[in-house]
Order: sequence, then C-alpha cells, then structure tokens
Amino acid sequence: MLKSIKIRAVLACIVLIAGLFFLAPSLMSSLPDLWQKYLPRDKIHLGLDLQGGMHLVLEVDTDKAIESAMERTSNDLKEALMDKKVRFRHIERTKNNTISLELPDSASRAAFEKVMKDHYPDIETATSQIRDGNETVSLKLKDKRKNEIKKLTIEQSLETIRNRVDQFGISEPEIIPQGEDRIVIQLPGIKDTTRAKNLIGKTALLEFKLVDEEHSIDDALKGNVPDGSIIANENRLDRQSGRRTNIPILLKNKTLLTGGYLESAQVKIGDRFGEPYVGIKFNAQGAKDFDRITGENVKKRLAIVLDGIVHSAPVIQERISGGEAQITGSFTMDEAKDLAIVLRAGALPAPVHILEERTVGPSLGQDSIDKGLWSTIIGAILVMLFMIVYYKFSGVVANVALIMNIVVILGTLAAFSATLTLPGIAGIVLVIGMAVDANVLILERIREELRAGKTPRAAIETGYSRAFLTILDSNVTTLIAALFLFGFGTGPVKGFAVTLSIGIVVSMFTAIFVTRIIFDHFVWNRKIQTVSV
Amino acid sequence: MELIKSGSNINFVGKMKMAFTFSLAMIIISIASVILHGGLNYGIDFAGGALVQIKFHQEPSIDSVRSAFKNIGLENSIIQSYGSNEVVVRAAESSADPKGLTGRIDDALTTAFGKGSYEIRRVEVVGPKVGKDLTRKAILAIVFSWIGMLIYISWRFEFRYAVGGILALVHDVIITIGAFSILNKEFDLTIVAALLTIIGYSINDTIIVFDRIRENTRKNVKQSLADTINMSVNQTLSRTILTSLTVFIVVVVLFFFGGAVIHDFAFALLVGVVVGTYSSIFIASPIILAWEDIRPNIKRKK
Repeated sequence: MLKSIKIRAVLACIVLIAGLFFLAPSLMSSLPDLWQKYLPRDKIHLGLDLQGGMHLVLEVDTDKAIESAMERTSNDLKEALMDKKVRFRHIERTKNNTISLELPDSASRAAFEKVMKDHYPDIETATSQIRDGNETVSLKLKDKRKNEIKKLTIEQSLETIRNRVDQFGISEPEIIPQGEDRIVIQLPGIKDTTRAKNLIGKTALLEFKLVDEEHSIDDALKGNVPDGSIIANENRLDRQSGRRTNIPILLKNKTLLTGGYLESAQVKIGDRFGEPYVGIKFNAQGAKDFDRITGENVKKRLAIVLDGIVHSAPVIQERISGGEAQITGSFTMDEAKDLAIVLRAGALPAPVHILEERTVGPSLGQDSIDKGLWSTIIGAILVMLFMIVYYKFSGVVANVALIMNIVVILGTLAAFSATLTLPGIAGIVLVIGMAVDANVLILERIREELRAGKTPRAAIETGYSRAFLTILDSNVTTLIAALFLFGFGTGPVKGFAVTLSIGIVVSMFTAIFVTRIIFDHFVWNRKIQTVSV
Repeated sequence: MELIKSGSNINFVGKMKMAFTFSLAMIIISIASVILHGGLNYGIDFAGGALVQIKFHQEPSIDSVRSAFKNIGLENSIIQSYGSNEVVVRAAESSADPKGLTGRIDDALTTAFGKGSYEIRRVEVVGPKVGKDLTRKAILAIVFSWIGMLIYISWRFEFRYAVGGILALVHDVIITIGAFSILNKEFDLTIVAALLTIIGYSINDTIIVFDRIRENTRKNVKQSLADTINMSVNQTLSRTILTSLTVFIVVVVLFFFGGAVIHDFAFALLVGVVVGTYSSIFIASPIILAWEDIRPNIKRKK
C-alpha cells in the first residue's frame, strides 16, 4: 500500500475521472464536435430487453447440405462412369446419404475403382457385398469431407444472412455462429418481426425448369409421374377474391438455371396493373445459358420456381439474349422488395429452422429502463440513509465510496462496450447492497478495535488489514458464482453476470482503497482524536 | 447506533440440534412439494413453448382473450394477468409453431379487439432443443459452482469448513426452490440466475463467520471448538445481520419497483437472502463442529 495520502488520493481521482470519461458518451448523445474527438467511441450498449428488438437462434440443416452434395455427386458419378464406359447397374442415392450401385463383374469393378481413385478422393466405400459375382457397393462421403461441408455451409449461411440483414437496413445487427450448427441473430430496434423472420429464414433457391407439356398433370396426380418429371405447385392469386390458391403443375425435373447466376434483382412497377414485380439480370455466363435455353425452347413454357413453388410459367415467345427476365406473381410492394433482397444476397446453402425467438417491443424496453432507473435510485438512497444513521460520519465516507462505485462500474461497462440488460440493472442494484458489505466489515472491525481500547489510528489500521482478507475471500467466492452465471447464461442473464462481476471488483477497490484515503486524511492530517463510527 | 449489543453471548452451538431439525423439516417440505407437484412450474426456457405479453388499453377479461385465441388453437394456453392491463399467454410446445405464431396472434387479436387497442410487448418462443440445452446448462452451472466453492474454501480454510459451507449452500438452494414450488411460481432462467446469485451471496456471508472462527482458533488454541465457534458467531453477528440487512433493503426495492419482469427474480433473492443468513449462522458453522465429532482433526494448527 502506498503510504502517501496525496499519491493515493490522486490515484483515486484518476480512477474516478477515467470512469466519467468512459461514461460520458453514453450519457450525452450529442456532444460538441471538439469533445467527440477526445472521448472514446464506445458506449454502453442496451440489451434487447431494454431497447427492444429481436433475438433469433437458427439451426442450419447441415444434413440437408450433405444430402445435396451427395445428390450432385451421384449424378456426376453416373455421367463419369458412363463416360469411361464402366459397366454398372442401378445407381441410386439411398437413405443415410449413401450411393449404392451394382458392378456385374471384376473388370467393371477394377475400372470403377480406378475412376474412384482418380476423380473422387472424398468418397469411400461404406460396405460391399458380393453375390453371384455381382458386387453391390455402397458409397459414402469421408468424414473429413462431411465436416468440411458442414463448416462451409455455416460460413456461407452466415454470409448470406448478413447480406440480407444488411440490405434490410438494421443498425448494429449481430450475427454470430454458435456451437456447431447454430447461428444467433440479434436485431435491435426492429419493428416488423414477421417480415424479418421471413427474410432471414427463406432458403430462396431460384430455379428455372421447363414445364412438362407432353404428359398429363392429372395422370401424374393419380400416381403415374413420368420419369424425369416432378409435380410442383403453382401459387396463383385470384385478383377479385384476393385469395391465393395452389394449382398443381408438372415440371421437368432438370434444373436449367439457378439464381446463383444472377447479377442483380430490382423491384419494378408493371405498366398494366401498376403491380410490383422483380426484374432480374443474369451475369455473363447466366445470360449465355439463358440465351441458349430460350433459343432451344421457343414456344415452350419456362417455370420460374422459388423454393419449390412455381411463381409463374410464361411461354417463351422468342430467344432472349439480353439476360434479363421478370418474376411476376402478384406481389405486394413489401414482398417484391424482400424477394429482390434475397435474390441479390443469394440463396441459403441449406434450410434453416428457428429454434428460439425472443422479441421485446420498444415500449416494454423503455418501461424496463424507467423501472430499472427508479429501483437503482431508490435503492441507493435508502442504503445511503441507513449508512449515515447507523455509522454516522463513517457512513458518509462509505456513501462517497458508493457513489464512486456506481460511476466507475458504469464507466467500466462503457469502456468494454458491455451490454446492459434489465437483470444487469438488477445486478447494479444488488452491488449497491453488497458493496456496503465491505464497508460494514471494515467499520465493524474498527468499532471492535476502538472498544478494545485502541487509538483511532491503530483501530483504523487494524480494521482495514484484518478485514482485507475476509473481503477478499468472500468476494472471490461470489465472483466464482458470477463466473458460472456468465458461462451458462444467455443474453440478459449474461448481462447480469457481467455487471455483478465488475461491481464486485470495483466495490472491493473503493471500499479498501478509497475509503482508507479519507480516513487516513482525517486521522493523520487533521489529527482527529476520535473516530465517529 | 448499534443493533446488536457487543458482548452478546447466544449459545448458537447449543441450538444446533433445533436448527438442524428445523432445516431438515424445511428441506423435506421443499422436496415433498416438488414431488407432489410433479416437478416445478417450468417456464418456457426449460419446457419450451411460446410466451406472449400483451398490453391492452383497458383491462381485458381473461375469457375474452381465451376466446380470441380459440381460432388459432391456443385456447388451452395458460393466460394470466400481469401488471396493469397486461396479460401473459403461455402456450405449450406442440401448439407453438414459431414460424407464423406472432402473425397469427396479431391477426387473432385484431379480429377480437380491433387494431390499436392492444400492443404486443414481448414474444418469446423456445424450441424443444433449446429448452433441453438450457436445462442442462442451468443444472451444470449450479453444480459446478458448488464444486468451485468447495475447492476454494478447502484451499483457503480447511476441508471441514468447505463441507459446512457447501451444505449450507445446498440447503439454501433447496429451500428457495421449495418456496417456488409451494407458491407454484414460474421457474425459468432468471430464477436460476437468482439461485446462483444466492449461492454467491450466501457463501460470502458464511465466509465472514469462517474467517473469524479461523482467527479465533489460532488465537485461542486451548479453547474447545464448540466454544470458539460460539464466540466467533457472536462476534460476527453484528456484521452478518447488517450486511444481510442492506442487501435485503435493496432487494425489497427491486421487488416493489423493479417491474413485473424481475418481480419473481427479486422474490427468489428475498427468500435466498433470509435463508442464506440463517444458514450462515445456524448451519454452516455447527457443521464444522459436527464434522469434527465424526472425523476428528488431529492437527488443529490452522
């Protein structure tokens, strides 16, 4: 402990001023420019429960991503084997993400193995059975590759969602991964939560497929789906009734072009009905493909499919070489805007499910802030009154420490850009009650020493030194509990753990260091004879 | 001013048997209550489900809200009044499909009450996976904090002190949970946070006494452990009561002024502070004695 009172007093003042320094930006929203240059950038962030907003936890269906990868590989492998003239039978993708096929003889087996070694290092044989010379092989992805795909899927999803949220125009969104396959999204101040959820959760896979006009849709509905075709639903809006209905339509399964080739998507207003639609423009490669596809299929119908639902299936009047198209579908302005956003941001590599949602309206947030503020003020006043009544002048000293406490705690929160939540404010109120603990310990000890007949100086000296260890032990144990709270808690609870921890450390400092300065000043400098305690 | 006159000499150790019996009874009642209720009144944080807080311009009747929700299949939810003109609806896991829930609730309320006469203040939807996750984390946090304390106190004091301290903590947590069970209050994440706070605070309290016992056993080697403990508890009585008092004042403020959201949290803390103080005085320290009787510590140097 530094002996000189002056040095200690200066140190304490520095800490106090530092606290105010960091706290300033949070308290004053519009500072004169000169000040802004010197004051720190960080402010105390308000948690979602205080400023209002939405908290989402998404789970990315990485299994689906692996499924898609296997699907692509399966198709690829089929073509490769046919190319290399390897004989095989019945290649298909089965459950558990495996591909199975039959190899009729050893020659084809050898050729097959060569193809696998040369072109498919990520695939390994899961099982193989030989019966009557026929080998049935079951293939799966190597675990390493699976994990790679999972990681990539999450990264891509994060990026895509960030893009979408960006374009939605929310200030200070937070999008972070959690665990192996989850994403946490915090959108402060958001008003239209349903729209935001749709925007974020939409897979947004845009595909162009030809309509199968050779077969009958009714036939297919009865169960005879022709090879290479699938049934999809077309979503139509009846203009008069305003109702949406789903009409089945038969499409050729092969996807000719996807949204991945889009360069831009804009909302435009149609001339005829003043309806919004989305105008899309393909990139160079996409435009070339589009040119070829429309050229080869004039007078046929091209379905525009979004997440499996057909939005429209116009007839190709002529070859389109400009690389531009329109997606119409009776959208509202908001729907069109959001569609443009997701098309621009790109499709999600795998579907996402919402695991958890917490939304707080702004009015509740403001309410909570008000209540929190009142509790803190009333609590502090009551405690301070009590201290003065019970400990008289020493109580005043303790109160000074208390005020300094609050300033430094808030300043520390601001310096670390910590988030203040409603439980966090409760934490500050709790710290006010507990901070006085340390002071009480010291003062009671001083009283004891005085009763035992020691001089004020000695009593204060002994009081502080004896109490120090106790304060340390008791506060460290509380810190341990706060640590576990921080580790397991989410959002608001974490905020509580943070303020509690900071509060404990700061109150230890003020109780031991700061109050001592004041006492020492009076005992040594002013040479008072008795301590009022 | 002094609340506790110095030189008090209450025979705390003598009251050990009574205190233990009383505590045992409280613990049994708590556990019995939980068993009888078939578990706790788990909030959506643990059970999963949806929670919607709605504010109306005028005090609505619960029935009108219930019938409004009939069309969207939520009529079996728990609907309670909450604060002034507010209502909280809790829907179970199965009926809560997060995707369109907020929209559907909005529509149902508009149809029943007209737009503008209500405001959705808060929505929380927790899927089953997250619910399980949070339950697991909560239990781990509490158990690990106990273990953490055990290690720290064993290191700073002695193992027998740690036993006393931890048993007192377990006692506090069980009784607080019991209070929630008896009053059928909702048990969610913030209550677990309160429990951890109580653990942190109660041990704080207990260590104040332990510290004095440690000091006195060093000073008065000839004194019997029972007498030393008694003396120590009496000496620290003033401090213990006072520190609890200031925290109690503060929590009472939170309870009345903190608003509905942290109301239950404050209640847990109230129970915890009272029980924690009681356990520091009557449970933790006497256990040291009891432990000594069961397993005498030959080297009483510390």
